[in-house]
Amino acid sequence: MESTFALGWIDYTIMGIYFAFVLGIGWALKKYMRSSADFLTGGKSIPAWITGLAFISTNLGALEVMGMAASGAKYGMITTHFYWIGAIPAMIFLGLFMMPFYYGSRARSVPEYLKLRFDEKTRGFNAVSFAVMTIFASGISMYALAMLMETLLGWNFAWSICISAAIVLLYTYLGGLKSAIYNEVLQFFLIVIGFLPLVILGLISVGGWEGLTLRLTDVATSHGYAPGAWTETWRPVANAADNPMGIEWFGVVMGLGFVLSFGYWCTNFLVVQRAMAAGSMTAARKTPLIGAFPKMFIPFLVILPGMIAIALTSDPGSGFSLPVKGNSYDYDKVIPMMLGHYFPTGLLGLGLTALMASFMSGMAGNVTAFNTVWTYDIYQSYINPAKSDTHYLRMGQMATVFGIIVSIGAAYMAKLFNNIMDFLQLIFAFINAPLFATFLLGMFSRRTTGHGAFFGLLTGTLAAALHHGLTKPFSAVSLIKGGWLGTVVHFYPSEMAQNFWTAIFAFTACFTTTILISLFTKQTRSPEELTGLVYSLTPRITDSRVSRVNRPQFLAIVVALIAVVLTVIFW
Amino acid sequence: MEVDIRFPIGGMFSILGLLLLVFGLITGNDPEMYDRSLELNVNLWTGGAMIIFGGLMLFFSFRALRRKST
Repeated sequence: MESTFALGWIDYTIMGIYFAFVLGIGWALKKYMRSSADFLTGGKSIPAWITGLAFISTNLGALEVMGMAASGAKYGMITTHFYWIGAIPAMIFLGLFMMPFYYGSRARSVPEYLKLRFDEKTRGFNAVSFAVMTIFASGISMYALAMLMETLLGWNFAWSICISAAIVLLYTYLGGLKSAIYNEVLQFFLIVIGFLPLVILGLISVGGWEGLTLRLTDVATSHGYAPGAWTETWRPVANAADNPMGIEWFGVVMGLGFVLSFGYWCTNFLVVQRAMAAGSMTAARKTPLIGAFPKMFIPFLVILPGMIAIALTSDPGSGFSLPVKGNSYDYDKVIPMMLGHYFPTGLLGLGLTALMASFMSGMAGNVTAFNTVWTYDIYQSYINPAKSDTHYLRMGQMATVFGIIVSIGAAYMAKLFNNIMDFLQLIFAFINAPLFATFLLGMFSRRTTGHGAFFGLLTGTLAAALHHGLTKPFSAVSLIKGGWLGTVVHFYPSEMAQNFWTAIFAFTACFTTTILISLFTKQTRSPEELTGLVYSLTPRITDSRVSRVNRPQFLAIVVALIAVVLTVIFW
Repeated sequence: MEVDIRFPIGGMFSILGLLLLVFGLITGNDPEMYDRSLELNVNLWTGGAMIIFGGLMLFFSFRALRRKST
């Protein structure tokens, strides 16, 4: 393995130049950081194309890139459901229907919206769980990157962590959210240009899409799935037994498409924060819609390498094969293994820099979301209210520093107890799954009450935990994968199928409980207080001053059309 | 916009592109080096693509600058 990854001076030079530019952007923005709003909310002045690219770039972290490639190898084209039926409809919904309430309200964060719309306890629950989650998310991705650098390049684990953390810390400390967003745009282009040659070389070597289809048909039939299991998107999910994910269309549409994707894209402050930093209401609404254009094509960048990798692995003459871990392939190694297989020195440096860029865009997203929620929703609300703005600016900067220090701790924790990380991710999945129901009812019904929202969330979280405790994927070896309540009521063919159904149960429980409790409790918010927060009490936005082509509705239609065409092509 | 992000993006891609392009030209005769990339001089090609992209970004940022000053 060492020989595949021999880096030369040129590779290190490329990395060095990238680091210099990232830090330079932070440095150039330093002098504009005068108030807490400049630092934590970007001063609401950024054009839509920049926030739009940052919107998807912050989600394109190293774990996402490696995870999507892994899923591409494991499940094939079905993974595109995370994009074409998952992210895209959710991003359209966010831009057209939800953004007016986020951007139009006085809220500076998603938890703050919950406070204005419902009450203090709902905000507190969301703020604290979100803050903890972002810290662990950046810790986990730091751990993953450092492990990769250690095994592939022989870099020291501690040094990899410290250097990557120090760079992210420097540029977010200097330029705040704006620096993170600007760098995310640069990182986005770097990720695209760094991985594109991989896809092109991979496709050439398997004989184009036809060659790939041919090889993957063999893979699929040899496992007893439908011939198109790896290369088609909807035909294999007509029947759960036809595809390696073991999921049927209802689970895909409801679990992934509706609950999980809307929950993530519409309520996660990590991405919503990018749109809220836009310069105007129209720009904020266009942010997810502009982001949706490149988002639709990202599957070709991150899922295809996984499919190519499994096709090459199944061919003994190809000279490439995925490493084995336990009784299956080590799917997470797809991207690094492919980089090492195809890229000569020079381009290899660029590919590894792209991987680091994706890590940094994800981590900076977590850090900037954390410091805003910490400063406004926890520190200013519960610990030290009514101080000067300079005080909160300082606190935001301090939060950036200790947020990163605690994530380094989390990275080491992940190194020591791998299961703790799985466990935490599980808990957060429980907390997040029902959240979209709360927002849906809060934004579109004025009748929903604070008690309803809070106890609905709690019940949804509990329902998710209960479902997970009573079911199990077939391959589960540890209790973290499910079935920890002793009796197993149902077995799922894959973890993914279990996740989708956990989300469906959590959403339904939260939705019904919120309605029931709202019916029996009194609305404490007056109609005046709810103006700008609830659909029926907010004046419609008229885009008459904006030219037709620049309206969010027009963009949404174009996005939806392209998504439909892609879906039909790969049906 | 206080800082036009297209300027640093254009700058970085032009520099990195130039570096890869020159490196590709120098190593173009090395028979073993491009075995793994299917005999394609990918350094040269990627470098060229990056220069074009970087140049476009620089062009747009300079054009915006000129418009603002007039």
